[in-house]
Amino acid sequence: MSILFEKRKNISRTAQVLVPAASFVVSLILTGILLLAFGADPFATYRAMFRGAFGSGRAFTETLVKAIPLMLTGLGVALAFRLRFWNIGAEGQLTLAGVAATGVAIFWGRWMPSFLLLPTVILVGCLAGAAWAGIPALLRTRLKVDETLVTLMLNYVAILFSEYLYYGPWRDPKGYGFPGTEPFPEAAWMPRIAGRAHLGLVFALFLALALWFVLNRTRWGFELKILGASPQAARYQGISVERNIVLAILVSGALCGLAGVGEVTGISRRLQQGLSLGYGYTAIIVAWMGQLNPLAVPFVAVLMAALLVGGDQVQMMMGLPASMGILMQGMILFPLLAGSLFTEYRIKRTARHPAAGAAAEGAE
Amino acid sequence: MPGRFFSRVPGDAPASEARTIPLDKVIPMDASEPKVPLVEMRGIRKSFPGVTACDGVDLRLGRGEVLALLGENGAGKSTLMNVLAGLYRPDEGEIRIGGKPVEIRSPRDSAAHGVGMVHQNFMLVDTMTVAENVVLGMAGLPLVPDMAEVKRSVLELAEKYGLRVDPDAYVWQLSVGEQQRVEILKQLYRKAEILVLDEPTAVLTPQESEELNVVVQRMKAEGKSAVFITHKMEEVMTFSDRVMVLRKGKVVVEKVTSETSPRDLAKLMVGREVLFRVEKKSFEPGAVILELKDVRALDDRGLPALRDLSLKVRAGEILGIAGVAGNGQRELSEVITGLRPVSSGGISINCVETTNKTPLEIIRSGVSHIPQDRIAVGAVGDMSVASNLAMKGYRDAPISRGVLLLPRRILDLARRMIESFRIATPSPETRVKFLSGGNIQKTILAREIESCRSLLVAVYPSRGLDIGATEAVRKELVAQRDAGMAVLLVSEDIEELLSVADTVLVLYEGRAMGTFPSAEADPEELGLLMAGVERKETVS
Repeated sequence: MSILFEKRKNISRTAQVLVPAASFVVSLILTGILLLAFGADPFATYRAMFRGAFGSGRAFTETLVKAIPLMLTGLGVALAFRLRFWNIGAEGQLTLAGVAATGVAIFWGRWMPSFLLLPTVILVGCLAGAAWAGIPALLRTRLKVDETLVTLMLNYVAILFSEYLYYGPWRDPKGYGFPGTEPFPEAAWMPRIAGRAHLGLVFALFLALALWFVLNRTRWGFELKILGASPQAARYQGISVERNIVLAILVSGALCGLAGVGEVTGISRRLQQGLSLGYGYTAIIVAWMGQLNPLAVPFVAVLMAALLVGGDQVQMMMGLPASMGILMQGMILFPLLAGSLFTEYRIKRTARHPAAGAAAEGAE
Repeated sequence: MPGRFFSRVPGDAPASEARTIPLDKVIPMDASEPKVPLVEMRGIRKSFPGVTACDGVDLRLGRGEVLALLGENGAGKSTLMNVLAGLYRPDEGEIRIGGKPVEIRSPRDSAAHGVGMVHQNFMLVDTMTVAENVVLGMAGLPLVPDMAEVKRSVLELAEKYGLRVDPDAYVWQLSVGEQQRVEILKQLYRKAEILVLDEPTAVLTPQESEELNVVVQRMKAEGKSAVFITHKMEEVMTFSDRVMVLRKGKVVVEKVTSETSPRDLAKLMVGREVLFRVEKKSFEPGAVILELKDVRALDDRGLPALRDLSLKVRAGEILGIAGVAGNGQRELSEVITGLRPVSSGGISINCVETTNKTPLEIIRSGVSHIPQDRIAVGAVGDMSVASNLAMKGYRDAPISRGVLLLPRRILDLARRMIESFRIATPSPETRVKFLSGGNIQKTILAREIESCRSLLVAVYPSRGLDIGATEAVRKELVAQRDAGMAVLLVSEDIEELLSVADTVLVLYEGRAMGTFPSAEADPEELGLLMAGVERKETVS
């Protein structure tokens, strides 16, 4: 008896769910081996992590707090990846949006009617995220500059720029030298729902549904699907490749931007060090693990957030490094990428004739 | 009836040249083992999800013999040969080479047994030279191959078999015909004794096909054997000694080529009588739909592709564009459909100027386009048949309402189109890349014909299709014409042009060499014009 890989005619829905789930389990096992090497009991560690992330109301809301930016950046990255536009600049888009939101909150907050302030902060923040993503999109569509490098490098630009502001001109004069801006006026605070979990959660869930709807039930979504699969075919069908890439990436940047707005208005209520805990990069794992499906992104984001929060708990309770959670996130990615084999191929057992991978597809 | 091979007329008794060697008379190289075929495949069975491509096929190939494998798309010809070439493992069956059972696990195993396959889609690396491609991936290659030596051998082989090609040229610089020569050289360099050619002439000009035949005959004289996958009668008659017809994965008949005729073979292949003629209404042209005036355009490399080309297509007319591939046909279809800029001159559709309008604006003016590149441009392989069928109509009712798409309507429409155009697909949700070439083309055709309002631009619509599918495509083109559409048909098949088109324009190096009513066109003269030989008088 032997095993044969056979290309699937339809991508298996079961495999689309099973593969990420199995990847998670594999990552638990691999991390478990590492934990053993550290002399820690893996089961106790995972129990502690779970309790740390979901064990109490407060723990759960803290997990949600971290899940919100992961959902939003995850959605943004998933949208870009669907077009094969490798936006790894979610971190920078998030940061720059946080900067823009801060500017509006602090400076316009002084004169703007309070009911208008928060909507303006959100809007300007999203626009800043979009603009920051628009730069690589334009460079790619106009000058064929590779977006991977540009988005990555713009992250550093945005992060260093924000540091310059809160260490320099925007530093709070009453802040005892602490690097950070002055606190936002209350009118620019994102309302909190439970614990520190803020209204951004509602936005994120709504946007996940909306994005799914746009991608699957609208003409524009159909165009994006064609474009993602074959730009040449899209052009032939009268779909403007350049225009649609730019538009979609602006939306992607705006989603990432909203994550930054949520962080400054809902959590820190000022711009300070540690605006992003690498959410923009974790978003890449979120997007892939969610198989670029907007409806899966919120669930995956909660899981990833739980690893972060649980990791912190492990540090406090068991004296293990908090990066255990981040390590596990990374460990998920490998089996996940390997697992795409199972969504594309079907495993068949044959009686005789051991067979190699299907080299080509279909009969003739 | 002129075909691609002017020398051969289907329906005639085939020439009785001495090239025919019945299997039992093949002289075995090893006299102690008489009548042992060089290759023997027994009871080969191979299935893919949903289809049995080969259903217990037996094949024998003698030394110095050319065997034609004839069959429609999806008959199992390529699968059978891919089994021999080590790309597929058979589910059941046995392969013997030189009388001994062999196990072929990979292309490398197959090469070790002397089998070399030239695939339909060439497996060459564009950015490497001919010589580099020839040795690429060879077993037992030294770390740093002696390229001077390789080049010498390549030139020697090229000389011996008449495969003109520059060993230092980069593959991207070569024409399709030259690339095929590289593929053949690659196999000869690897000392292939059994050459498998998968639809080798589908991409060749008539002249190149003749040259290929010379190469094959020289190999045969050397005692090498060849298997020829094809669905063209003329080729079977010119190239092969013996022919095996496959239908739905089974051998229908095996015959000595000289004892059969194209008409017989066509019947056996399709399983019914085939119409070589297309029925159409009398020619009653209406208003001018498409007009090009002194159009110039550049090709991808920035060289002139169209030079002051003028033409008119009227409603109810099929204008056939004759010419050897690469003389501006693709560029012509692209300037009309807005995919390529016009550098000077003008184009109008329905008396409205459309020069350098966007593809969408031109689609909106009722133009449909069956592009040359079906897989990458015409269809999206990773999307479903239903989605592919909806790719033109999705902007309008009934598939969409405002910005909303209506998935159920897409499926309903797809089911109807699959039914009426007889697209063979397991379901509307199957990804297009799993369909056979003919069915991919039918999918594109169905979509483009559904959306056609005034002009249909069809570029090599029947290229690579089997008889049944070709017949269906031609019928649809004529039906469009009869329904009052203007049709621009680009083809390199003179037989197709003369039977389908009302008017034929010969394109040579981007220039119109002349326009003729197809009823009065003389195939010999068309052939000369396609080769760039000027005529004395204009018929038009």
